[in-house]
Parts: sequence; structure tokens; C-alpha cells
Amino acid sequence: MKEPNTEPASTGCPDSPAELSRRNFLARLSLAAGGIGTLILSVPLIGFIFAPLFRKPPAVWRSVGKVDGFKIGETSSVVFEDASPLPWAGVTAKTAAWLRRESEEEFIAFAITCTHLGCPVRWLKEASLFMCPCHGGVYYQDGTVAAGPPPRPLARYEVRVRNGTVEIQTAPTSISRFKKKAGAHA
Amino acid sequence: MLKRLGKSIWKWVDDRTGIAETLGPMARHLVPPDARWWYVFGSATLCAFMIQVVSGVALAFSYIPSASEAYSTLQFISHEAAFGHFMRGLHYFGASAMVLMVGLHMAQVFLFGSYKFPREMNWMTGVLLLGFTLIMGFTGQLLRWDQNAVWSVVVAAEQAGRVPLIGGWLARFTLGGDSVGGATLTRFFAIHVFIMPALIFAFVGLHLWLVLRHGISEPPKPGKPVDPRTYRREYNELLKKTGRPFWPDAAWRDVVFAVAMIVVIAALGLIFGAPQLGKPPDPSLIAASPRPDWYLLWYFAVLALLPHGTEKYFMVFGPLLVGLLLILLPFISNRGERSPRRRPWAVAAVLMTVVMIATLWVAGAKSSWSPNFNAEALPAKVVVATSGPVFEGARLLHSKGCLNCHLIESYGGRRGPPLTEIGSKLSPAQMILRISNGGVNMPAYAANLTPAEMDALVAFLESRKAQRQ
Repeated sequence: MKEPNTEPASTGCPDSPAELSRRNFLARLSLAAGGIGTLILSVPLIGFIFAPLFRKPPAVWRSVGKVDGFKIGETSSVVFEDASPLPWAGVTAKTAAWLRRESEEEFIAFAITCTHLGCPVRWLKEASLFMCPCHGGVYYQDGTVAAGPPPRPLARYEVRVRNGTVEIQTAPTSISRFKKKAGAHA
Repeated sequence: MLKRLGKSIWKWVDDRTGIAETLGPMARHLVPPDARWWYVFGSATLCAFMIQVVSGVALAFSYIPSASEAYSTLQFISHEAAFGHFMRGLHYFGASAMVLMVGLHMAQVFLFGSYKFPREMNWMTGVLLLGFTLIMGFTGQLLRWDQNAVWSVVVAAEQAGRVPLIGGWLARFTLGGDSVGGATLTRFFAIHVFIMPALIFAFVGLHLWLVLRHGISEPPKPGKPVDPRTYRREYNELLKKTGRPFWPDAAWRDVVFAVAMIVVIAALGLIFGAPQLGKPPDPSLIAASPRPDWYLLWYFAVLALLPHGTEKYFMVFGPLLVGLLLILLPFISNRGERSPRRRPWAVAAVLMTVVMIATLWVAGAKSSWSPNFNAEALPAKVVVATSGPVFEGARLLHSKGCLNCHLIESYGGRRGPPLTEIGSKLSPAQMILRISNGGVNMPAYAANLTPAEMDALVAFLESRKAQRQ
């Protein structure tokens, strides 16, 4: 089998300083051209993948029901839509919250995510406790930690009453550490 | 005639492509003669990966990576598509086999000291491939896109959020935005189907190149330490004297083991199929108890069993430290004895790791720290009383959520201490104190029980006496 042709073509003086300098230039030219090509492609590529992460969706007030639909002293789950769901989000655009009516006008909306690891907490009506199914975190009816591993009280959404309707302000999923910047507050 | 035609076609193709010239020496490279069944786990891992590629491509013919449609396409694949149930089973058990084989391969390489000079980079690329395999396992679980998957993403984002400085950014990257939604699934699909497989292909290529470059390590012998100054010369002399061509002298074992593994995976896929899909991926369905697949169940247990307040440090630094330790292992010890008979601490480390993971896995499977939300009211045969405070106390024990965490005989949860014989252990005053004030893992019920309810509860608990022999 013939050896692959890897030898430079004879120029009479293949290793002369001029030839070496030319090769050196061509090597650098190739590397620089490759770098420019990579840069041209990678900037929009990285931008496309990561830009949506820096876009802050607007905080939107969502109606979750008539005031009369919630009894004073009771906690119930409410469902609302994200601030700006993508058209193909389907059911994943939904979010739930635990809404507690404290008085005629006062409501508290708790995020359903446990502050330990983010599992959805459930409301035990007769016990007046929120309980997490993952590692047994427990919260009192005001969202403060009652027992178990949660490091913080349940996060809260902003709530208001407008024209006899209870409205919750959408917020990012409460995640430890970046909750202070945006999202449901503790 | 046909044979001659086939030969001449092959000759032409080989002449133009140089296949035999390129791959022949690789296939026939010399290996130590006594490299036998212990050496089959690496090729088995590669075989499991190829099963994943093939079954994954097949599944992609019907799977739509859209947040709104993935669940229904999986229902179609599981229940309607021809061989769909089997294909999902094949992909699931293929993933399980890959995790198992990569673990066995790593343990064998560690025990045989094969990571030592000059194969440090073989080990390091292998550690990266282990990491990629686990990422594939986790992202694959999320592509199941049911309720469990959606909440697993939230749990993953919560953990990512604990990383100092970039935690918030990592959490947003995990969720694909501010919360689970349309952008979440597609990013895990891209990672699972394109990015990680590309990385695995690249690093498997590098790993195999390194195997060819440094040769398959000879089985270790006690009293024959690795000396970087002489190792290569001695190894080459060994191959010259007693080396056997990899194909077919050693490769047949790889083939036989890989085929046996394929048979087992296919049988499991056929008999059991893939895990059942959970409820739809609706984040507003609150009754969810997210659990990882079996290969990460032990980690789920770790997070549950760590002392309160320490998990955030563990979540951030635990995987980082383990990863760094594994990557840097060859630099900690890259010479000296290779035989496990002369490295008792290496054997102990592997045994301890296996026992630890197995123990945590059993604990994770039981999840006794999780409240039992399905706890039913105590039956009459347990309560005994049909009216009065004891009867009322039994009712309260259920309605106030006590049974979610405490066990009475075989009824209730296992998060808290069992109360079957609590009447023999605590006085009524002690019971009132504990119920009122709670503890680290128990809420205080002082504001949640009327005096009459407290009396009834204590009356019931007092009636739970130890059975005398």
C-alpha cells in the first residue's frame, strides 16, 4: 500500500528561512481564521441558548376566585397561569398556591414548594399544618416552620382583592438563594 | 461466483478506504494473556450505551419533546405503538445496565490498580464518563415528563440554587426560566439527546485511544509494584513474550458477556417494561411525592438523613469533593503495589462504598422519613374502645395527622417513633408536654388542640400498653 502523501512538494529549497516564515504565516492565518469563524458562530449560539434566562417575565396579577368563595380561617389550593407561558407549555403553564383567608379583606398566598428541597407541600386541614411528602418538613398555618428540615418559612405571593375578586401576583418558583432578587418572598 | 464477487467488492472498498489497514492493527493489538473475565465490564458499558443510542433513536421517532405533548406521546408509545412498551423497557433497563456496568468497571480498575502509571488519563476520562452517565440517567428520568419528572426538575433547581454566587443562574438554567414551563423539557431533551451523547462519544473515543496507547493493564501480581521508570519496558517485554491478539483471543469474552447482558436487558424489558407513567405534568397537582430512579435513590436518602442545616453544604460541596477526589486519585497514588492483596485499604474503600450505597439505597426505597399521607384511620380491632375518650383519641390521632408520622401496630407512618407501646413508656404528663411543645421533627400542637381533645388523645395513647408475656 502506498504511503499517504505528507511530504511538502519540492520547491528547490523546502526549509529555507523564507519558506519557514511563509509556513509560519499560513499556520497563524489558518488558526486566526478558524478562531474568527468559531467566534462568528458561537456568539449567537450562546446568546440563543442563554438569553431567555436573563429575560425577566412581567409580574402579572391573576384572578384566583371570588372573595366569597373563600371562608375566613380556611386554607385552600388555588390554580393560576404563569406570567408569560410559551404557547406549547400546555398544563405546565399552571401553578398552584395555598391561599389562606385571614379576615374579611386579608389573604395570604403561600408557595407550594417546600423550602427544604422544593417538593410540593400539602395542607392537613384538621391539623392546620402544611406537610412535605419528601422529607417530612412541617409548617404551621402561617407558613412558619413547625418541624423537620426546612430552613425557612414557606414563601409567599403578593395577594390583593379587586372588585370582589382575589388576585395573586405571579412570581418565579421560590428557590433558595435567588429568591431575594425576584420571586415569591418569604 | 457470489463469494468471488463479494471478495472483489470488499477488496475495492478496503483499497479505497483503508479499513483493514487502519482497524486491523487495533483489533489485533497484543494484550496480556491472563486478562480474562474481570476485563469485560468496560466493553459491557459501551455495549449498554449503544443499546441506549439505538433504543433512544427508535423512541425519538414517536416522542415529541414538547411540554404539552410529551406526556401523551409517551402514553402512545407505552400503550399503543408496536413494541413501544418493550422499547421503553429496553431504554430503561439499558440505562440501569449502563450505570451498573460503569460502576463495576470502575471498581475493577480501582481494585486492580489499573489507574496507576501510565494510565492516569484513562482513569480521569473514565470518571468523566461516569459523571456523564449519571447526568444521562437523571435527564432521561425527566424526559418521562410526568408529575414525578416535573417535581424532580424543581428539586434539582432547588439544589442548583444553593451553589454560591452562580446558584440563582444555575437554577434558572435548570428550569429554563423562572418556573417549570414550555422551555424546561426542551432543554433537558437537548442535553439528553444531543449534548451528553456527543460528549460520551467523544470521551469514549479518547478513552479507547488511551487504552490502545497504553495497552490493557496486566492483572496485578502481589510484590510487583509499578515503577514509572521501568513499567513501560517491562510491559512491552511481557507482551512480546506472552501477548495475545485482542481479536479474537480476548474479545470473545467481551462479546459473550455483552450478548448475555443484552439478553438479560431484553428479557427485563419484555417482562417488566418501563416504569409506569405517573400523573400528567401539571405543576398545580399538589399530591406528588417526587422520587429519583433507583440509581440516584441513595442520594435522595443522603439528603434526608443529613443533620438539619448541613444539607446545603453537602449539596454543594459533596458531589464536588467526590468528583475531585476521583479525578485526582491517580495523582494521589500512581505508583507502587497494584494487587488488591497488598492494598487492603483499597479493598476496604470499595467494600465500604458498596455497603454505604446499598444501605442508603434500602433506606431510600423505604423512605421511612417521608410522612404516610395514605395512613387510614385505626380499625376497631386496634382501638378496641367503641366510644368515650379512647375512641375519640384514636379519631384525633388520624385527623390531626399524627398517624402520618407515627405507627400504631402496623398502621401509620414511620417518620416518628412508634406509639404502639407508648402508654408503658411515658406518663400522661410527659405525653402532654411532648404533644404541646413538639420537637425537632414534630410540630407543637398546643395551639391546635382543645383541652378536651388533648385529654382524649392522651387517654388513647395511655391505653397503648406493652403486651405482657
